[in-house]
Amino acid sequence: MTTAAPAPPATARVPAQARAAAPRRGGGPAVRRSARVRPYSLTGGRTRFGHVLLVETFVGAPAAPRAAGPGPDVPAPGPGGLASRVLPEARAILGLCRRLRSVAEVAALLKMPLGVVRVLIADLADQGRIRVYGSGHTPGRPDRALLERVLSGLRRL
Amino acid sequence: MDYADSDPSPDAPAGEEGAASWQTDLSRAPAATKIVIAGGFGVGKTTFVGSVSEITPLRTEAVMTSAGEGVDDPDAVPGKATTTVAMDFGRITLDADLVLYLFGTPGQKRFWFMWDDLVRGAIGAVVMVDTRRLADCFPALDYFESGGLPYVVAVNHFEGTPRHEAGAVREALALAPDVPVLIMDARRRVGVVETLLTLVGRALDVSPGVPGVPGATGVPAARGAARGVNPA
Repeated sequence: MTTAAPAPPATARVPAQARAAAPRRGGGPAVRRSARVRPYSLTGGRTRFGHVLLVETFVGAPAAPRAAGPGPDVPAPGPGGLASRVLPEARAILGLCRRLRSVAEVAALLKMPLGVVRVLIADLADQGRIRVYGSGHTPGRPDRALLERVLSGLRRL
Repeated sequence: MDYADSDPSPDAPAGEEGAASWQTDLSRAPAATKIVIAGGFGVGKTTFVGSVSEITPLRTEAVMTSAGEGVDDPDAVPGKATTTVAMDFGRITLDADLVLYLFGTPGQKRFWFMWDDLVRGAIGAVVMVDTRRLADCFPALDYFESGGLPYVVAVNHFEGTPRHEAGAVREALALAPDVPVLIMDARRRVGVVETLLTLVGRALDVSPGVPGVPGATGVPAARGAARGVNPA
């Protein structure tokens, strides 16, 4: 069942879609950031998500830094590698996401407001540091096939 | 599976020992779906979630900087007031590739900004009712009715209170005849599962298979615009 079930073709779909649909933030000059900004200032009022990040959306970050290198809007790498270039809040998210988590779980476990976590995850996803997984079904209201699966899953409880 | 309900520190997040097997395989993710549990304060939303969740319900918060919205703190500086809205949620792994989240959300009308976000893509909603405070569920009913989200009404029967018949509740709430009404006990898993089953069945009943129905209607223009990508 685990392998035969219709695995969501989400692997590349959502990020690609998101990139195509939304202009990447800071496509021009690198966004300057201090590592000592309060989380609320970090959001800077930005609520434009380049990725579809619902509360139940799964995110994950492999332990090893990506071989592809830093994202386009990352300043010149410091001597300390990945960790020194990532905000503490973002680093905490990356650490937590060694396991698959939903956006809501990340917010709850890190005790950070949902909106802040979303913006940080969106940034990390834009930088290729975190993977945003598709919902496994079409956007909008769940279709009948999904509802049937939920129904039989609940019956097994 | 249960762990201490004490506040987990960011260094040692709760839920680690309860990690599901699908969490360790980052090459793929299960399908994720959700059901919204709505109702007034103290109606038993978190109890409901906790009765079926495989993790102790987690709490996430959204901070609202209010401008003219309802303000909880009377000492707050005008214009700088913030309201924190807490949502308790739980998780059920229904299958190796299917995970259901249950989100309990405050029932007040002024928290609708959260509902818009929550109901996007949701299967439907369970509106919890305490017959002693019937009016507490009115905003939730109004919201889901106007938004077209499938919902069922779950009367949480508290011990020692009069037990009302479903028909009487239906009448008092002016519900459409096809909206399911259940008398249940949020502490009992079997009743909670039955309520969820009824909701999903209801969602199937009203689902024509038309993909065009948006998950969230009534989204204020500003919020809709701010949301950016709409994959539809």
